[in-house]
Amino acid sequence: MNRRAIRKFVNLLALGLSGLATAIGLVFLGAILWTLVKDGVAGLSTAVFTQSTPPPGSTSGGLLNAIYGSAVMTVLGILIGGPIGMLAGTYLAEYGRKSALSSVIRFINDVLLSAPSIIIGLFVYELVVVPMGNFSAISGAIALAIIAMPVIVRTTEDMLNLVPQGMKDASTAMGAYPWRTITSIAYPAARSGMVTGLLLAVARISGETAPLLFTALNNQFWSTSLKAPMANLPVVIFQFALSPYDNWQQLAWTGALLITFTILILSIIARVVVSRLSPGTGRK
Amino acid sequence: MSSAEAFARQLEGQRLRERVFRGSTLAAAILVLVLLGGVVVSLLHGAWPAFARFRLAFITQDVWNPVTDHYGALSAIYGTVVTSALAMIFALPVSFGIAVFLTELAPSWLKRPVGVAIELLAAIPSIIFGIWGLFVLAPLLQESAEPWIDAHLGPLPFVGALFQGAPYGIGFLTAGIVLAIMIVPFISAVMRDVFETVPDVLKESGYGLGATTWEVIWKVVVPYSRTGMIGGIMLGLGRALGETMAVTFVIGNAHHISASLLAPGTTISAAIANEFTEATTPLYTSSLIALGVLLFVITFTVIAAARLLLLRLDRRALASA
Repeated sequence: MNRRAIRKFVNLLALGLSGLATAIGLVFLGAILWTLVKDGVAGLSTAVFTQSTPPPGSTSGGLLNAIYGSAVMTVLGILIGGPIGMLAGTYLAEYGRKSALSSVIRFINDVLLSAPSIIIGLFVYELVVVPMGNFSAISGAIALAIIAMPVIVRTTEDMLNLVPQGMKDASTAMGAYPWRTITSIAYPAARSGMVTGLLLAVARISGETAPLLFTALNNQFWSTSLKAPMANLPVVIFQFALSPYDNWQQLAWTGALLITFTILILSIIARVVVSRLSPGTGRK
Repeated sequence: MSSAEAFARQLEGQRLRERVFRGSTLAAAILVLVLLGGVVVSLLHGAWPAFARFRLAFITQDVWNPVTDHYGALSAIYGTVVTSALAMIFALPVSFGIAVFLTELAPSWLKRPVGVAIELLAAIPSIIFGIWGLFVLAPLLQESAEPWIDAHLGPLPFVGALFQGAPYGIGFLTAGIVLAIMIVPFISAVMRDVFETVPDVLKESGYGLGATTWEVIWKVVVPYSRTGMIGGIMLGLGRALGETMAVTFVIGNAHHISASLLAPGTTISAAIANEFTEATTPLYTSSLIALGVLLFVITFTVIAAARLLLLRLDRRALASA
């Protein structure tokens, strides 16, 4: 074989392998979704949405309290983390764009973005659960808020940076103070991007399990008190999947199906919104 | 009241609002710093009894005995390192292949759907990977792959010990594979974005000299994007080291060090997740928080290094990670 044939062969081999690698990635995605649909749909019934998690040995029961708990804690998490994250992102994009403090905060925020969520769980346990004396829904919501915040800080900053400087300059030239320019010009212009950031944050925290294990814990019964442990889908899935009872395992799969498709739909909506914004999103 | 006075008062109101708004954005931004500081302080506070009691032995001893209240983290550290190393070995070539496929190979109509599909893999919560790993992947490995590995790789000289043992289905190998599936989307997303920053003119020079596509990738694209690639790899490593739920399902939760990759073990994060609410003594709880401190130090170092490497790049490259 001559040199040219060898080079051609290596080229084909390498490119073939890269195609294979992509296929492997897609196969795993497909396999996971297929398992969820196959094992999850079997357990879908109205009872899932109307009854609370069953005691051991029972044959009925649903996930109502877990779905409610997940929704409450996710919403509370976003209500706490959202405004703080947006304000911090506003500072990074507008007031402190080039200051040294901002580069430090940006760096720390990026580190928090990738920090293991179980560490945040331990932190909130020390900060809220120990002083309060018991596990509670509010501590779970705080843990989720801390996980959501870096995502929101990041997207808010990126989206505000996309607002054309000329628009802000026009507002300033008319005598507006920066707060007026930001709230009346920059926020409306960046609105859909900032909403996307919130959606991504919801997607991120609604499946988080580790930080809830020792904050919200779990609750077998219907409970709306924020000061008491609260059921939530991820921890219920964790406990039920590892249980020996058939109907608990079935509920775990159904819960997994619900949570995964909720998150996938949120992510897809967020992507569609972003791609409508402009090609070349991002700060240079 | 003259109109000049009214105007002055209005201006004063504007100034006040400006101060309040500016102050609250600054306060929120500083809260991010305070949070990280708070994490460090509260973890050290919680871990203090364990560190004071065991000192350096906490890291060097392979003991984890709630009955005698004696704790050493070596087996958990070992498990974290081994599973992450396995995950990197599996994930690196696949992520590189995906990035190459998406930037250089795929026709444009295929790029976006395939890219989005891989990114969706990153959006799936880790607990889903956990139950899938336990109920689908583990039985599969137990029945087919692990007996084969034991029979064919086990007898090898020197490295054979890594591959011997009963096929449990759960253990280091399974955890490594599940972790690899989880970090592939992160690494390939960063690599893809880094590859896209390579100027076309460089690649075209390569083609102009008669290089094949692969030669352009290997000799032009990869050297040009080396820093960014390493940053992306370390970001994936940071994820693998700290990942909790997926590993907890498939690692087996055994506090001992086994030479074999087929054996069950534990990791730092899995030990915390499994045992924290069952910890019966204050020293037990404190030791688990001390594990958290170790995990924090390890992941913080890796992630901070990755972020520093990636700092110079377009921040869009990191938006998805």
